[in-house]
Parts: sequence; C-alpha cells; structure tokens
Amino acid sequence: MNSLNRIVIFGATSSIAEHTARQLVQRGASVYCVGRNAEKLATILADLKVRAGTDQIIDGISADLADSIQHPALIEQATKALNGLDGVLIAHGTLPDQKACQAEASLTQQEIQTNALSVINLLTLLANQFEAQGKGVIAVISSVAGDRGRQSNYVYGAAKGMVTLFTQGLRNRLTRAGVDVVTIKPGFVDTPMTAEFDKSGPLWAKPEQIAQGIINAMAKGKSEVYLPGFWRLIMLIIRHIPEFIFKRMSL
Amino acid sequence: MSQPLSWNRLPRLIPEAVYTLNERKLPNSERAPRPLLAYGNGRSYGDVCLNDQGTLLHTRQLDRFIAFDPCSGLLRCESGVTLNEILQLIVSHGWFLPSTPGTRYVTLGGALANDVHGKNHHAAGCFGHHVTAFELIRSTGEKLLCKPNLNAEMFQATVGGLGLTGLVTWVEIQLIPVQNAWMWVESHRFSNLDEFWLLNKEAESHWPYTVAWIDCLARGDTRGRGILFAGKHAANQTQLPAYHEGSRNVPFDPPLSLINGVSLRSFNALYFRQPVKPQGSLSHYSPYFYPLDQIQNWNRIYGHKGFYQYQCVLPPAVAQQATAELLDAIAQSGQGSFLAVLKTFGEQASVGMLSFARPGATLALDFPNRGEQTLRLFHRLDAIVSAAGGALYPAKDARMPASLFQSGYPEWERFAGFIDPEFSSHFWQRVTK
Repeated sequence: MNSLNRIVIFGATSSIAEHTARQLVQRGASVYCVGRNAEKLATILADLKVRAGTDQIIDGISADLADSIQHPALIEQATKALNGLDGVLIAHGTLPDQKACQAEASLTQQEIQTNALSVINLLTLLANQFEAQGKGVIAVISSVAGDRGRQSNYVYGAAKGMVTLFTQGLRNRLTRAGVDVVTIKPGFVDTPMTAEFDKSGPLWAKPEQIAQGIINAMAKGKSEVYLPGFWRLIMLIIRHIPEFIFKRMSL
Repeated sequence: MSQPLSWNRLPRLIPEAVYTLNERKLPNSERAPRPLLAYGNGRSYGDVCLNDQGTLLHTRQLDRFIAFDPCSGLLRCESGVTLNEILQLIVSHGWFLPSTPGTRYVTLGGALANDVHGKNHHAAGCFGHHVTAFELIRSTGEKLLCKPNLNAEMFQATVGGLGLTGLVTWVEIQLIPVQNAWMWVESHRFSNLDEFWLLNKEAESHWPYTVAWIDCLARGDTRGRGILFAGKHAANQTQLPAYHEGSRNVPFDPPLSLINGVSLRSFNALYFRQPVKPQGSLSHYSPYFYPLDQIQNWNRIYGHKGFYQYQCVLPPAVAQQATAELLDAIAQSGQGSFLAVLKTFGEQASVGMLSFARPGATLALDFPNRGEQTLRLFHRLDAIVSAAGGALYPAKDARMPASLFQSGYPEWERFAGFIDPEFSSHFWQRVTK
C-alpha cells in the first residue's frame, strides 16, 4: 500500500480532483492544489481547510498548466510546502470543441498542448524526482476516449491516447525504482466539463465515485484503472471492432 | 439527469431545463431559460422545489464549507451542503445543529427557504432564528449580504421564502455546544389526547426536545393515544456506548403501495405497544432525530403513485378541539397515517414573512396517494384547519387550495414584492391564482 499523506494535485479545480482532494483530506492527508481559476481555487482551499485537522497542511497556488515553463517551480513549491511528496494526481484538462478544432489547426495544437504535452512535461519532471526518492505514486487522469479514435472527439482522444501510452512506458521504467504510475480512465462523469450533455443514462457516474476509485487505485498502486470498472469491458469490445466496420460507424 | 422529484414523488413536473450549479453565480438565460428555481436535495413533499417550466438549478454541487470557528461555533457554507455533511464535521468538535427537521438530508438552502423547525421549537424557535447571515444573488446580478439587521426586509422575505427571492449561495448559522453525540431520552405512553396535552405541557417546561407519535386510527376513549419522546443532549460522561450506524434500503418501487389498511392498523397497534422508557436512556443523535434516514429511499414504500404529507398548525385557543376533530375525521375515513406526529410550537415569532411555525399545535401525517379518495379527506381536513384559523406547511404540500394558503399566510402579498422577477415555482403559481 502506498502512503497518501502528502499529495499534490494539478488541475485541482476540476470536479473529480476536488472530490479526490476532499476524500484525501478526510483520510488525514496534507494536500497542495494547483489550479487555473484563482477564485475557484480559493473556494476549494477554504473548504479543504475547514475539513482538515490542525496538523494537516492545505495549500495551493493558481497557475495555468498549459504554460510548461512554470512546471519546475510549481513542483518545487509543492514539495517544499508539503515537506516532500508521497503522491501526485495530474487532473487538468479541457474538453475541446471537436468541430472548432477541425476548422482551426492552431486550436487543435493548443488542445494537444493542454491535454497531452503539458501533462508529459510535468510527468518527465516528476518522474525524475520520484525515481530519485525511490517511492511514491504518480496518478494521471487519462480517458476511455484515448482507447480508440472516434470522429466525434478524436482531438481529445488523441491527446488522452498519448497520455495513456506515455504513462505505460513510464510505469515500465519506474516500477524498478519502486514508484507506481497509475493511469486513470474515467468514462462519462457528471461534471461541469460535461454540462452540455444529457446525463440521464446509466453510464454516467458521480465525481465522488470516481474520486474514491482514484484514491483506491493510488493506495494500491494499480496500473491501469477504468472508472467505474465496467468501462474496461465496454472498451475491450470497442477496441476489438474491426477497423473496416468501425470507420463506417457514427461514434 | 433523471426526472426531478420531491420526496413524496408527486406532482410529476418536468422543467424545460435542469442546470447544475458549481459556482456561486447564476447561469445566463441562453443556458438556463427563465423562470429559475433552486432545487436542493429534493426532500420537501410537493412542488415548492419544482416547476413545469424554465430551469431547475441543482444546488448539490454548491457543497463547500467556507468557514468554521470551532471556538465560537459559527459555521458558513455553500447552500447545497446537507445537514448530514455539517453534522459529520461539527459533532466531533462539540457542536450541534441549533434546529433540525426529521431528516438530515436536506440542504442548508432548503432548510432556510422553508424555515424548517425541529423538536426543540418550543425552546429554540425555527431554523431561521439561528441564521446569522446569507448571500442572495438576484437576477439583476446584484449580490446582497443579508443579516437580521442588514437588508432586514430581504432577510425576512428569504427566510421561509420558498426560494423565490433569488439564489441563496451561502448561509451562516450559529451552532449550539454539545458534550457528545448522544441524547438522554425519556418516553411516556399516553392513552388519549387529554393525557397528551397534560403530559406535553409538563415535558415542554423542562425538556428542550419534545415530540409525540399518535396512533391516528384509535377511536373513542383511546383517540389520540401515543407516545411522547422528550430528549436533551447528554451530559459529559466517561462511559458512552458504542454506536454503529446501520443502513437499510428500499431498492425498488413495489408495484403497489405497501401502506394499506391492514399494514397501517398493525403498525400503529404495534408501535403503541413498544416498550417505553419513562426512566430515560441514552440514544445516539442519529436514531433520535433521524429514525427514517436509516432506511434509504423509504419513500418508495408508497409505490409509484407516491404519497401526500399533511401538516397543519392550529392556534393555541382552539388547538385541542381542532386536533380532536382532525383525528376523528381521519379515523372515520379509515385512511390512517403511518407516522402521525403531534407537537406544540413555542411562543417565539418566526423570522420569515412566510414562515409556517407559529404558536399552537402542529399535526403532521402522511397518506398514500389514493387519488380522489385522499383528496376528499384533505378537503374535510382543510375545512377544520380553516375554521380554526390555522395554516398548512408549504414544504409539505402538493395540493392546498389558494384560499387556504392566502388565509394562512396573510403577509403573502407583501412578500410578493420581494420575489425575484426571474424566479418562480409551481407551488407559488398554484397558491396565488
């Protein structure tokens, strides 16, 4: 079992990350939150402080993670604030407007930057730090959308696919050092990011459920988790549809 | 999201849109067609939280704590936080809710908007008496900080204001200190209404919490027989029992209501015969305040058709007579209630223009929805309440006639002046026709 006493969360203002932070704090953890929206971050930090005991450290900073230049300083500040790191959760991301990306190549680039390259930049820096300390857990929120490209969201899917593959390789490298790398693949989650969708189906999960799954996977040092678990089966089927059929489907 | 329902699962109304609030601001009219209405955790019984037009604003994701001072017991949180979430935070710090309804799954916003009351009303007043401040966002974009003495009229309109004055984003309340999570409870059997009034008067004079359960099917000499529960927060003690929270669930809708003549008669008879403990005993706060919360989805036992709550308040001078008449009418109809609850309110005037609680006795009952038959019974009960100069509780109503609302809430027209022009509810449209 990994200790989860000192955790830094990148993208802490996302609904899944917020619930993960809360549940970590309930387990007695100290948490450092990095998020883009300063007002929302302040609201979340205030909430976590009320929930935390007096010996827990709750701190954070507002930063745009798409800007990779800031990453080393952010990691250093988090490590210092918490007096070392037991774990990391990388949760930041956007849900691109696929149609807009098709019309505008620079927008596609920007979305890949936010959802994939900035994540990979953080991971590269964190991997070295964790490899040197010889323990800890690095969890990254990828997506079921990264398992196969679909016309309705392949920009997002490609970015998440890159994250999935990168974490796979990193896991292979860091296992030897005693560091767990966890790839989280949530399905449909009822969050403000998905506010535009009709969420009446049984496939929609609550962010607090996903948060519980994330903490469980981090504590146990799992490799690749689908949340909720039934998505593993759904994606197994989707991945195995022959391409000559798949390319004609409207997905 | 699935169809928004209130706890009694009727009426069934579908708004144009449902919008989940995550931040303390109103969505624009493109994403959220008007009129607006906040929907918390769906624990009221009727249509105060529903509309068949415009947008329901789901507030459960506004569930952040803002500030808590463990020294003074002042707590500020967003309006979608439930009383359950508050209890989980505060009890271990030695604090408790100053006033609580019979379920802890209501949101703070809902408790404020319905100015709910609890078993300690005679000693502590309503929920609204313990609200020290809240923020109200109006559709004009204006953010109002309301306190008992700041924007005082808007404060009085919003407490008990059924969510119509705008969106309450956060609420600050003053908690009460306790020594632990336990209650000291005495229970006393009484064999008719007359005995209840005597027993209740005596109990109220030295217990902060009192409530009575009534067997509403008993007639004649035993009319109004029941059990009175008096409680207070337990004193500091070294030896407290262990408490394990059990939880049962009603996993699906039974095809028919499980509440019928036979089950009601046997339940009421058995409940009356439960062992009482006049010498007192310790009870954890959870089963004491929230017995029904231990059965998840208990509202399903009434089947798909749902059920009605009927809660009235009767002025002191006529309370005894009118309560007797109500019980007679119910017993005659044979449509008994599963849990009939009788309590007397204290003298403290409520804060809100539309607050329900006022001096007198309050009787709360639930009835399976048997269509016309049930509505006919309510018609008879309404006549008794109306003649007594009483009122029905909006939070527990899905059918009261406009005339009864207007006679029971004489300030309703003044209140209407404080309604946000972009907010409305099905309830409000129904009772102001």
